[in-house]
Amino acid sequence: MKVLGAKNRKAAGRRSDISLRENSRSGFRGWLPGAGLVLALICTVGAYGQTTITGAGSTWVYPLVAKWSAAYQAKTGIQVNYQSIGSGGGIAQIKAGTVAFGASDMPLTPDALSAAGLIQFPTAVAGEDLVYNIPGIGAEKLVLSGPVVADIYLGNIKKWNDPAIARLNPGLNLPDMYITVVHRSDGSGTTFTFCDYLSKVSPEWKEKVGENTSVAWPTGVGGKGNEGVASYVERIRGSIGYVEYAYILENHLADARMINRDGRIVAPSLTGFQDASAHVDWTRAQDFYVILPYQPGPDTWPIAGCTWQILRKNAPRASNQAVMKFFDWGFEHGQQMATSIAFGPLPPSTVNAIKAYWKSELGYGM
Amino acid sequence: MNDSDAVAQAGFRPVSAEPKAPGRSWRLSGDFLFHKAAVFAAFLAAAALFATVIAITIDSLMSIHTFGIWGFLKSSQWNPVTQTFGAFPFIVGTLVSSAIALVLAVPVSFGVAVFIAEIAPSWIKKPIAGAIELLAGIPSIVYGMWGLLVFAPVFANMEPWISNTFGEIPGIGVLFQGPPMGIGMLTAGIILAVMILPYISSIMRDVFLIVPSSLRESAYAMGCTTWEVAWHITLPYTRSAVIGGIFLGLGRALGETMAVTFVIGNSNMISSSLLMPGATIPSVLANEFTEATTKLYVSSLIYLGLVLIAITLVVRFLAVLLIRRLGRGEGAST
Repeated sequence: MKVLGAKNRKAAGRRSDISLRENSRSGFRGWLPGAGLVLALICTVGAYGQTTITGAGSTWVYPLVAKWSAAYQAKTGIQVNYQSIGSGGGIAQIKAGTVAFGASDMPLTPDALSAAGLIQFPTAVAGEDLVYNIPGIGAEKLVLSGPVVADIYLGNIKKWNDPAIARLNPGLNLPDMYITVVHRSDGSGTTFTFCDYLSKVSPEWKEKVGENTSVAWPTGVGGKGNEGVASYVERIRGSIGYVEYAYILENHLADARMINRDGRIVAPSLTGFQDASAHVDWTRAQDFYVILPYQPGPDTWPIAGCTWQILRKNAPRASNQAVMKFFDWGFEHGQQMATSIAFGPLPPSTVNAIKAYWKSELGYGM
Repeated sequence: MNDSDAVAQAGFRPVSAEPKAPGRSWRLSGDFLFHKAAVFAAFLAAAALFATVIAITIDSLMSIHTFGIWGFLKSSQWNPVTQTFGAFPFIVGTLVSSAIALVLAVPVSFGVAVFIAEIAPSWIKKPIAGAIELLAGIPSIVYGMWGLLVFAPVFANMEPWISNTFGEIPGIGVLFQGPPMGIGMLTAGIILAVMILPYISSIMRDVFLIVPSSLRESAYAMGCTTWEVAWHITLPYTRSAVIGGIFLGLGRALGETMAVTFVIGNSNMISSSLLMPGATIPSVLANEFTEATTKLYVSSLIYLGLVLIAITLVVRFLAVLLIRRLGRGEGAST
């Protein structure tokens, strides 16, 4: 008992020695970062008070806004804090006035906008394409048309060697294999753009399914996000899915060529997406209520989409102007950044139309 | 000082402290505070539950008015375009995937618990128990990604064998038809089984270990095998706790979100085959909440959440009923 006590005391003594030394050292080291933290806190509080723009909404446009905001902050010191919570959330937040701007992949109708006291303008053009997993058929070998894709997604075309597909691909050896349809399971602007395209090319699709950020799919399996769809397509033999072009580029997926509205076979490309927006007369569409898929033009990519930024008319003037300045800067200086992540910048005529729209709707410019 | 002195002193101290007024009053107020704090904590938890249920009910009123209760439950239409919503495919998916998980996880948990309580040499008990409890600490998104990227491709290679072997059996053959995709109801059930295994097995192990050794040892002395001891002595003795553990696991399986979303295939159609895709209530919520743009859509999703709470309540009620009935059975037989 005694021996044990002595040992304990000794151990305790050693422990307290160590802790003492540690304390003094950490005490010495401690105040420096502490002071730094306080300084940083003061700085951020100061910065937060004046120069933060908050936005929320679409996940599709998130990479672009994130890229622009980093560069914009480096240039001007103004921080853009964008939360990619989804288009539905973005619309709800801007209506509630908790953010300076909301972003949606699906434009609001002019009626809905005026009812809620909102305005909207497009940001950039992006595209999507079908990817497939057919043994022996590589990237951009397969050619598809809108009606054929609609029939595949309706479950009318069940096998890859269906005459309708074979007619589009005379040189290809299409296997006698069942098609597994893969779609997005989560609500998404990608789905809206895709279904809007199918509704335009197939009356049966328009009647039975229609277009929305999520729909009642007649057939197939659902993957969560672009990565979910891509990994299903990668793993399921005989499958087909639709993903954003940026995602195809990054992951080198086997994508299809499409027949566009002019009847020409095109591969997805940024210029093809921009052609889609170039053929739209943005200046004449009320509140930029234009949906981009299936536009005419010889090189136009048929499945192009857009994201809209939404502002509140009765928001403080300074807040709206800060948002307008940010996007104007992006339209002018952010083109390189946009193309580097497969977003097509808006043509100058559209940007001018947006500026005129701001002035006429809000009564003031930047 | 020797041990008996210490015991005597320890035994004596409260008695001598008893008459001292200040000490007693201090202890009383401490106890008083603790009593109030415990009551407050209990009511806080209950109030949070009630507040949640009330808030969810209020938010789903719009959908309840539009589709009714029975109409919502039995409708298979879930169509955001036409704004018609029904919960039936998701209720079925939730129940079926959880049932698969239980069918797989309960026997394995029983095996694990018996191994640890009866069979294992003491040096291996701790590592195995620790490894299984670690399973409970893995975030569900990791299970989901693992299921999608690692398990599903392997399982896709096994599925032709499954449908060739079980698909031929009359009656249950219809459950194992379809193309080998590696994702679907069965995959979701298997991932769920792995996720709930630690909960069920650690409860089983803990209660198996408290079975009086006199009972077990007398059974062994009469020549019982390990199986007979586990099945006829240990399990009846711990029955209600074991059922409680199973229902705890079931509750987790019913509410699991991310892991299921990744591997179930997310299809709104009800399929007779377990190899085909399906959807559960939590998976639909995870998928569609972010982009639900209309009020009715959001309200219907929240309504789905209310249905899930109701399902959990019913399950809990059944568990209590089952434990009571078993308890009564025990009383009658002795």
